[in-house]
Amino acid sequence: MADLWSVYLWPLIIIVAQILAIVLPLLLAVAYLTYAERKVIGAIQMRKGPNVVGPFGLLQPIADGAKLFLKETVIPTGADRAVFVLAPMLTFILALIGWAVIPFDEGWVLADINVGVLYLLAISGLGVYGIIMAGWASNSRYALLGGLRSAAQMVSYEISMGLIIISVLLSAGTLNLTEIVNAQQGMWYALPHFPMFVIFVVSILAETNRAPFDLPEAEAELVSGYNVEYSAMTFALFFLGEYANMILMSGIAVVLFLGGWLPPIDAAPFTWIPGVIWFALKVCFILFIFLWARATFPRYRYDQLMRLGWKVFLPLSLAWVVATAGVMVTFDLLPA
Amino acid sequence: MAQTEIKSYNLNFGPQHPAAHGVLRLILELSGEVVERADPHVGLLHRGTEKLIEYKTYLQALPYFDRLEYACPLNMEHAYVLAVEKLLGTEVPPRGKYIRTLFSEITRIINHIMNTTSFALDLGAMTPMLWGWEEREHLLEFCERASGARMHMAYYRPGGVAKDVPPDLLDDMYKWCDGFEKFMVDMVSLLDENRIFRQRTVDIGIVSQEDALNWGFTGPVLRATGIPWDLRKAQPYDAFDEMEFDVPVGTTGDCFARYLVRMEEMRQSLRIIRQCIEKMPDGPVKADDKKVTPPSRPEMKRSMEALIHHFKLYTEGFKVPPGETYTAVEAASGEFGVYLVSDGSNRPYRCKIRSPCYAHLQGLDLLSKGHMLADIPANIGSIDVVFGEIDR
Repeated sequence: MADLWSVYLWPLIIIVAQILAIVLPLLLAVAYLTYAERKVIGAIQMRKGPNVVGPFGLLQPIADGAKLFLKETVIPTGADRAVFVLAPMLTFILALIGWAVIPFDEGWVLADINVGVLYLLAISGLGVYGIIMAGWASNSRYALLGGLRSAAQMVSYEISMGLIIISVLLSAGTLNLTEIVNAQQGMWYALPHFPMFVIFVVSILAETNRAPFDLPEAEAELVSGYNVEYSAMTFALFFLGEYANMILMSGIAVVLFLGGWLPPIDAAPFTWIPGVIWFALKVCFILFIFLWARATFPRYRYDQLMRLGWKVFLPLSLAWVVATAGVMVTFDLLPA
Repeated sequence: MAQTEIKSYNLNFGPQHPAAHGVLRLILELSGEVVERADPHVGLLHRGTEKLIEYKTYLQALPYFDRLEYACPLNMEHAYVLAVEKLLGTEVPPRGKYIRTLFSEITRIINHIMNTTSFALDLGAMTPMLWGWEEREHLLEFCERASGARMHMAYYRPGGVAKDVPPDLLDDMYKWCDGFEKFMVDMVSLLDENRIFRQRTVDIGIVSQEDALNWGFTGPVLRATGIPWDLRKAQPYDAFDEMEFDVPVGTTGDCFARYLVRMEEMRQSLRIIRQCIEKMPDGPVKADDKKVTPPSRPEMKRSMEALIHHFKLYTEGFKVPPGETYTAVEAASGEFGVYLVSDGSNRPYRCKIRSPCYAHLQGLDLLSKGHMLADIPANIGSIDVVFGEIDR
């Protein structure tokens, strides 16, 4: 009996507790990311944003969530019911499980696996299925076009993202995210790899279908693309999934380029602040770029987006991989 | 192997579509994302305006014109009052002419702000619209101060305008002009210089000069192709012959050229507004013809004759001598014309409305063929369609 407890049950309880410790703050962060988005865009557009529900409108995301939760889920007659319901769940689950390998601080990671980067690439690669399934199952032409656009877009930008990550991996010499962060003691990779950092941030905009690459849900053309037929909780899951993905991608960018939980200067006043706070601040910075871009830029057209991905980002990132490798071999900088 | 015909993908764009600018129903035949045919359907907002006007007195017919193109209502009224004045042979006093010229340009800016910013919104840029709305709000408030209504002003009258502008209005307008110049600079920095905006608009929906003339395009859509045809210059009405302004023309005839022409027209309108305010003459604002324009309120209380005139004008209306006229103005969207036939009674015998947007909309297929689905909202936005006027 004691075995069952110590070998199976207790670790299970620990893991569930750890998962909850990640997921609950994450969902809260998603809710307040929508609030922040509306406030930031509101400020850019010279208006106030939500300010009625609760003090400073702080309860607005809760009210929105409650509204979506209480509404009826409408499933169109021609829709493939099973796939239709499965698609938002898949999107949402994939947006959550990526967090398993993200280190928030030294040792604060759910699964400290040695192929963390590969795991993240796999998860974000699967993300396209949720959207393509939604587009297909809705049995609507707008949704189908949105799903197709999304598939093409996410696949294209993942390739350049993969190459960018290779440049970082070459410098760090490991696929373990914690070790990648530790390898950035002294110099964050955003400095030597600055062009790649910029391309990476642009690519994660495309990867998460955010403006100016929000073609799959382009309001003016496709009404709202793949989620046009979704309502209530199914829509909420897509919405949460999209925002959780934004935070996840920002987290990856922070880990790969901005030194994760490391303080900007390894000296007294900066080291007093816990690493997790630094991590959160850096994530907020990347998220702000997401919102800023959304308020500023018009939307790319489908073919222009493809051209940017394949003809600009792919050659650039490939060249950078070769250059990085060349420099490291020539000057004997390869990590042990 | 037998060849099979692949059926193109039909997409029903609208009438409830965020980029349809009202109630446009567009049947798109797509091959992938490439548009092979764009078939606009009209009539969803048909209210029978032309027929209704035949059953109203000349004065009662006026407010219908506001409701045609609700984006630039006073331009519509302007065409109508000019037509009625032409049939009546009424001469408008200088101050009336200047006020009408001034408000025509104000409406032009109201329309162009709405058009350029919603064009940007159709391309995915949200912020210009919110910024533009701020300026548009000021203008609508000016309209409200002059007439009591923000949009459907019903301010012009055959023979002048309904009443004089309130005392401080012109000063406030003059002050507003400076702020608007700053707004234009902001708009340019946000859109004109934006690489994505240019990629989305340059070489999209090109119209050649020949096509533009054949399809009956007017206004900014025609001028974007390089033809400097502007009725304010070609056949000046009211005080436009005393104004100094340029007619901006484009060279390429694409969406970007149409956008640039509208932006420059706003700057020219600003020039006209300033000149109107600087040169604004004193005097009456409507013609001194008691059979057409109503007497003032105090006069009506004192003079029996004025009371009779007032009673006759607001019950029977005024009679217009038999005749017909086609009178056109340069509305914000293009040449807006009124063909008015009078049989000598107090009601128009026929009132045919020439709608510029209708001509533009029929050219949508010409503009869109071979472009991608995402270019359809750009094309619709750049030809400035307003359905109140197309469907009438």
